[in-house]
Amino acid sequence: MNGYYFSFCGTNCVAMPSGALYLPDNSLLCVSDLHLGKSERIARRSGRMLPPYEVQQTLQKLDDDLTMTTPESVVCLGDSFDDLDAAAQLGDDMRLWLAGMQAGRNWVWIEGNHDPGPIELGGTHRREMRIGSLTLRHIATDASAEVSGHYHPKHRLAGRSRPAFLYDKDRMIMPAYGAYTGGLASNAPVLRALFGTSPIAVMTGHKAIPVPTGNG
Amino acid sequence: MNPLPPIFKDWFDRRGWDVHPHQQAMLDQATDRALMLIAPTGGGKTLGGFLPSLIELADGAHAGLHTLYVSPLKALAADIKRNLRTPVDDMGLPIRIEDRTGDTSYTQKRRQRADPPHILLTTPESLALLLSYEDAPRIFSGLQRIIVDEIHALAESKRGDQLMLALSRLQTLAPNLRRVGLSATVEDPQAIANQLACHPDPCTIINADPGPDPDIAMLLTAEKPPWSGGGAKYAIPAVLEQVKQHNTTLIFHNTRAQAEIFFHNLWLANTDDLPIGIHHGSLSREQREKVEAAMVAGQLRAIVCTGSLDLGIDWGNVDLVIQVGAPKNVKRLVQRIGRANHRYNAPSKALLVPANRFEVVECVAALEAAKAHELDGDPKGPGPRDVLCQHILITACAGSFDESVLYAEIKTVGAYQGLSRAAFDDCLDFCATGGYALRAYDKWKRLLQTPDGMWQLRDPRASQRIRMNIGTIQDTDTLKVRLKGNFKPLGEVEEAFAATLTQGDTFLIGGQVVRYENLKEMTVEVSRRADKAPKIATFMGTKFANSTQLSQRILRMFAQPDWPTLPAHTSEWLNLQRKFSKLPEANRILVESFPHDGRHHICVYGFAGRNAMQTLGMLLTQRMEEKGLHPLGFVATDYATLIWGLDPVNDPAPLFEATNIRADFETWLSGNAVMKKTFRGAATIAGLIERNLPQARKSGRQATFSSDILYETLTKYDPDHLMLRITREEALRGLVDFGRIEEMLSRTAGRIDHVVLNRVTPLSLPMFLERGRIGVAGAGQDRILEEEAARLMQAAGVQSL
Repeated sequence: MNGYYFSFCGTNCVAMPSGALYLPDNSLLCVSDLHLGKSERIARRSGRMLPPYEVQQTLQKLDDDLTMTTPESVVCLGDSFDDLDAAAQLGDDMRLWLAGMQAGRNWVWIEGNHDPGPIELGGTHRREMRIGSLTLRHIATDASAEVSGHYHPKHRLAGRSRPAFLYDKDRMIMPAYGAYTGGLASNAPVLRALFGTSPIAVMTGHKAIPVPTGNG
Repeated sequence: MNPLPPIFKDWFDRRGWDVHPHQQAMLDQATDRALMLIAPTGGGKTLGGFLPSLIELADGAHAGLHTLYVSPLKALAADIKRNLRTPVDDMGLPIRIEDRTGDTSYTQKRRQRADPPHILLTTPESLALLLSYEDAPRIFSGLQRIIVDEIHALAESKRGDQLMLALSRLQTLAPNLRRVGLSATVEDPQAIANQLACHPDPCTIINADPGPDPDIAMLLTAEKPPWSGGGAKYAIPAVLEQVKQHNTTLIFHNTRAQAEIFFHNLWLANTDDLPIGIHHGSLSREQREKVEAAMVAGQLRAIVCTGSLDLGIDWGNVDLVIQVGAPKNVKRLVQRIGRANHRYNAPSKALLVPANRFEVVECVAALEAAKAHELDGDPKGPGPRDVLCQHILITACAGSFDESVLYAEIKTVGAYQGLSRAAFDDCLDFCATGGYALRAYDKWKRLLQTPDGMWQLRDPRASQRIRMNIGTIQDTDTLKVRLKGNFKPLGEVEEAFAATLTQGDTFLIGGQVVRYENLKEMTVEVSRRADKAPKIATFMGTKFANSTQLSQRILRMFAQPDWPTLPAHTSEWLNLQRKFSKLPEANRILVESFPHDGRHHICVYGFAGRNAMQTLGMLLTQRMEEKGLHPLGFVATDYATLIWGLDPVNDPAPLFEATNIRADFETWLSGNAVMKKTFRGAATIAGLIERNLPQARKSGRQATFSSDILYETLTKYDPDHLMLRITREEALRGLVDFGRIEEMLSRTAGRIDHVVLNRVTPLSLPMFLERGRIGVAGAGQDRILEEEAARLMQAAGVQSL
């Protein structure tokens, strides 16, 4: 697989080209900000009818990653659903698909700001969780050895902007995994403020490509 | 013959005017249901259009709206209002004339709806907006005439299609409506007449005397034009000299960026401080109005401008038109030349300034075509369906509608006369449900059918969002530019350009060099800076492709044994090309191979116009990628495509195999950036993507995600969706222009001349200086991206943390 292998706070990590984080030693796959049901929510709230295939697109990507890594545990790092109504509106075929992926796995939904409450789907719900030396939660705090999502970071190199992992020695912020998600530039002040030094960006795409973000 | 009423006759006499024959013909035919006048600029065209209205309104008996005037430019509406006031005030006619455009104040607009004037001057977009209100039937019920000015310009674009759809609506609201079109000289008047008339009505065409041939020549300069580029900086002294010798000069450019650079350089050389202004569509309204006012007052000796001054605004004293850069299209050149000397029956005077060596050839070809009255143009396809979708939504805003009645109404539009019921139903379904194979939105449909079969908006509040997104003009996203600490904007730049700026970068806007400071709430803040050479603002502007007719004329010139009409520097250049390689021929494709700068290059002369040559570049590099030739990038002009890569192309013939090119085209098309861009345009017009949202636009993550994702999702899960079908059809005609590749393939029928050389050829030389290089996103590029990232990692010393 075209992932980027690195060590983060003593834990072996693989940044997958899809935007998932794989921890081989823990047999754990982590994905953040799926925003399932976004097109349904947009139609409900604004009348815009975007192509309603975003759940399919996101689950297909997840299914592919699961096939490739066969993890024992899956952690969805918050904002898995665009809101609670979107979770309730999820079609039966999509529920079934999700259930199939959950079968035989330890599946954890971390709460996000878009889907704070419990969801009528399998798996356990947590505010945050610890894996070895790491803490996994939705929104970054100032704790160290932390993996979070929420900000949908992107990085631009050679004229191309792609969703990207950002990490330094203390924290990692994951890119949004969902199909219909915008992004925040890696040099946005709010992201910069979270990192003591310039973080490394791992750009997603066909291949995960690490690049220093510099001081720009 | 209908004589002028006495009060009008007296007014003409007082001015010492005679009624022009075509104005008389307009009077005589005033009761025709459709009427089109073709007249050169300055031929009293507008008065010819309005005379019947003024006469019908002279007795003060008509209450409410009588005549609607639609022009493509807001400025034109304001200008006509001023010009109409003169006869109306002189004769003391009881006629109220008002304009209504995007610039009209909210209170004025409200008042106009409650109490419409006799004559309303507006734009296609403002008219569409008016038709979206519930009270449209009341506003338009007494409407007698609609005058479409500059219909030749509108007819070429989707704005014209939108306007004609609006006319079909108006005709239902006001069954006695008569349609009048005013057009400049065009190659196919009947085609435009068919668009104007309510199908199947006939349309009377009145041709005015075209006047004497223009006095048109190439500007002779002491200095030779450069090999490449569009700046024409070399010609500045000669242009200034011409400005001095004339009262008022219009200096046309093909793009806004070129206009800015030229204006900047002109002022650096303008030691006499001649008053010279600049006018283009990216400048703020205040700035444009200032220039327009100064122009009308006769305070300016020259205006550097773009297509924003193309249309018939009467600037009075213009006695010279200078076209900088090859005109690309003879019809546009002729229409621009018509801007000089607004006196009927005086020849217009125009000078062409080629921006580079190849444009010398293009300019001479265009000159000869203009002298031979050979206008060019491509036949227009059927009415676009994205515009139809918007029309359906606009109709729904005004109230409930019956689908069969609406279908019948749309079929009266010339461009949509062939629209099948199934195609209409597709559009209606798209507006109602999104038109997806997966019926996901039953709960949230935009349009609902009531039990009596009428269609209406599910949520009436949706009309606000629909109204905010009316229009078919595709602006790229732009950001306002203003001086730090100053509220008034200087103008706009494209978002993509703004994204490339870092603090300290300088660029040109409104003729000033400014320094980028920061981006604040989606406004680019700058400071004044005169000491640094500017980094150039890449306002996109439209890049026109050379017309087929002009390209053929150039190829015919290449076949000549010598070139007495070309300046010596250019004919010598062509002779060198003939000596070292060969000149391209009309029925063959010339391919040159040579090494340069450590890369292998091939230059393909196809003469299919910029867009098609760009598409050809993508197809050829894709094929080369498959063959493992590691192409790295290419650049295209109107006449050639230059490709560079890591390996030589020893046998180009298989690359041009027509069946291969067509097959590649199919696979290439779906993943291509042009398709994504075309999709964005169509989806925006059809209402899938909203450009304007009720709240102010937010920055950062809240901003909507890229439309490319929508395109990719649809391609994958719903490849037959209406938006993708529209995108494909449009891309084939427009930016992809595959039609001209087909034309090239059939013209050359596999006759490839491959010339292998050890260095750059004379004719390919300008290609190396051409901007707009496109990288090939293949194995080669990925490797370069990775290498660049690795180099940065190394330099930063952060391979491991």
